[in-house]
Amino acid sequence: MQVAAETVVHLQSVHKRFGALHVLRGVSFSVTKGQVVAIIGKSGSGKSTALRCINRLESMDEGQIRVCGNQVHDAGLDKRALRRDVGIVFQSYNLFPHLTVLQNITLGPTSVKRMPAAQARELALDVLARVGLADKAGSYPEQLSGGQQQRVAIARSLAMQPQVMLFDEVTSALDPELTGEVLKVMEKLAAEGMTMVLVTHEMAFARNVADKVIFMHQGQVWEEGGPEILANPTTPELRQFVGNGL
Amino acid sequence: MTSEQFFSLLQGAWGTLVLSLLTFAIGGLAGLALAMARISPARPVRVAAAAWIQLIQGTPLLVLMGLCFYGPNIAGIGSVPALLAATLAMSIYASAFLGEIWRGCIQAVHKSQWEAAECLGLTRWQRMRQVVLPQALRLATPPTVGFAVQIIKNTSVASLVIGFAELSYNAKVLNNSTFQPFVYFGAAALLYFAMSYPLSRWSLALERKLNASRR
Repeated sequence: MQVAAETVVHLQSVHKRFGALHVLRGVSFSVTKGQVVAIIGKSGSGKSTALRCINRLESMDEGQIRVCGNQVHDAGLDKRALRRDVGIVFQSYNLFPHLTVLQNITLGPTSVKRMPAAQARELALDVLARVGLADKAGSYPEQLSGGQQQRVAIARSLAMQPQVMLFDEVTSALDPELTGEVLKVMEKLAAEGMTMVLVTHEMAFARNVADKVIFMHQGQVWEEGGPEILANPTTPELRQFVGNGL
Repeated sequence: MTSEQFFSLLQGAWGTLVLSLLTFAIGGLAGLALAMARISPARPVRVAAAAWIQLIQGTPLLVLMGLCFYGPNIAGIGSVPALLAATLAMSIYASAFLGEIWRGCIQAVHKSQWEAAECLGLTRWQRMRQVVLPQALRLATPPTVGFAVQIIKNTSVASLVIGFAELSYNAKVLNNSTFQPFVYFGAAALLYFAMSYPLSRWSLALERKLNASRR
């Protein structure tokens, strides 16, 4: 099918099985440039798996995914080209513990893009300032709070200048206060026009920041629409889900 | 014990030290290659490395030593110097154990670290060298130093088969002419201890240091 020029991410009837477990049962949705899409749903509904399929951390069994011109479903996909376009931030931060904050951020640009060290350093300080941690460049991850580590992880991803950023339950390991500081950074990114796909349990964030909300249930896109669907769900499943969540 | 006899033991200790260092250097390099082969994406490489390690770990060092010393002669290649044969046998032995220790340490680095590096677009080699190996190195230090102590003590096997002049061999020669096993083997034991103990202490200190950074 023809993908509109402004579409950055497009999933078409994606199926994924883990052995006998049918995790994704024909998932289709698309994300346009600058859009913030929140994927919500119960644990086990397949939302994280869908996200991980987008940058090919998981391979899919059927269907098609296109991301910024990369044919993600293609067996011969150039994964490194895909990952230049797609950044991801994980629930568990996954910073490199043996490197300083600065080195965590410059590793990608210097190794992958062959950026000169001085330029990478400047870029790193710039993205650190954007997440409000310019003074932590010389610290090691273990010296930072969870919220600060997650903001460094966002900065590390930003430094690769991706076309789209994926966020996989990035606040689920944080207490409410630290969650707030991470969400504030993400809100700022959204305001700056970054294309974002996030799996989240933060209903308030989905309601206030997302352009589109996707409710997944039993491996399918069960309900999809603007954030207003959270207030007026049409399916009983979403009604029950937001009833518990709000 | 005369000073001459004591000097002979010291010379033996020097032989032990030389053989140990050669073993650690060559066996270490081969062990690193084996560790890499054990986690290779290519299945035949993985299987071959695993089979080799199983074979070597299942062979007594004594037998390896004999094969390396007498093997070339029997095969018609000619005789090999004792040090060369001993180094070869010890290195083969050490590579199988170090390879397995290090493979375990590399795999102990959490999968999410590989993933994070992969998602930045790093190549497999870059991920290994810049993200995984530095972390594996910290894990590997205590067991590696521990195995180095094993190497020092196991060089004594060289004396049994080859007659390489290391500590145990010289102690044996002295005993053969004096019939005072307790004196000479006792002195040899003390010298082994003098070489091993600093390493053991160092290993303990490293462990404490590594745990401290985890706290």
